[in-house]
Amino acid sequence: MLKQLHSNEKLQLGIGFLVGILFGFLLQKGGVTKYDVIIGQLLLTDFTVVKIMLTAMITGMIGVHLLSTLGLVQLHPKPGSLGSTVIGGLIFGVGFAVLGYCPGTLAGAVGQGSLDALFGGLAGILLGAGLFSEFYPKLQRGILGRGDFGELTWPRLFKVNPWTLIIPLTIGVLIFLFWVEKSGL
Amino acid sequence: MERWSPYAVGIGIGLLSCVAFFLSDKPIGCSTAFSRTSGMIERLFRGGVVAEKAYYKKFAPSIEWEWMLVAGIFIGGFISAQLSGQFHMEWVPATWASSFGYTPISRWATALTGGIILGIGARWAGGCTSGHGISGTLQLAVSSWLAVFCFFIGGIATAMIIF
Repeated sequence: MLKQLHSNEKLQLGIGFLVGILFGFLLQKGGVTKYDVIIGQLLLTDFTVVKIMLTAMITGMIGVHLLSTLGLVQLHPKPGSLGSTVIGGLIFGVGFAVLGYCPGTLAGAVGQGSLDALFGGLAGILLGAGLFSEFYPKLQRGILGRGDFGELTWPRLFKVNPWTLIIPLTIGVLIFLFWVEKSGL
Repeated sequence: MERWSPYAVGIGIGLLSCVAFFLSDKPIGCSTAFSRTSGMIERLFRGGVVAEKAYYKKFAPSIEWEWMLVAGIFIGGFISAQLSGQFHMEWVPATWASSFGYTPISRWATALTGGIILGIGARWAGGCTSGHGISGTLQLAVSSWLAVFCFFIGGIATAMIIF
């Protein structure tokens, strides 16, 4: 039944849209569609972004792995390599700080009326993505494949059951969040 | 200021991720939608040859689940802002203004530049703070943890330099 649901293209477009609306709603309610909040995080004076991301991570980590153990979902870890993940990640970070939004929060920021997001950021991301697609063949032959580690996950790397990592991770994140909260960040 | 607790929002997003996996067999992610849109726009100018580009063979310039997701984010952000009375058109964010003054043109130019770098970086890394940062980390993917680490190293260093 799930397979039929997943392959119903029209329905899936509707589900994607709905999930997006909820996601955008939550992002805006959380304050992270604001330039000031994102820059505040990168300047380490306002930890709203990290609080949201870490809470989402542990909630989703437990939920998705529970569903996976029950055979109800499949995991889709992204592949990576040093050449693509590290270099791309650092480039992303620079853009993140200069623009002050990430792709998702940008869409939300446009929704809340931020014109720098609409006329600057949106145009920029589309240009940047387009530029990347131009240089992709050359990059793919060279740097993108360097240090390839594929769709590696931590459980597979350490050859352990995911829960062996999930439980201490959750505890660690909760302790960190508690400390951040106490510090008034 | 009708802001929700970041923990409530985080739990909500985490649960939403589970819903996406269950109902759509997809992790939440945003940057691919921008790639596809860029391809669709390029196709308007250059026609069918665009579909032959290696990257657009991987990520077809068409509307699909992730595209609808990002379109939804725009609507959801709009609804939320309207409901809390926070919707307002703004050229220059407060943090920018307090450091650089109310300078819409240079803010626009900076946003454009930042956007270009962000677009390149997101596709280079194979994901953004949603795809890697949330969906990838919760799946315990090494690529995503590494990506997020680099996002923040690059971001924090750059922000400190700018400000």
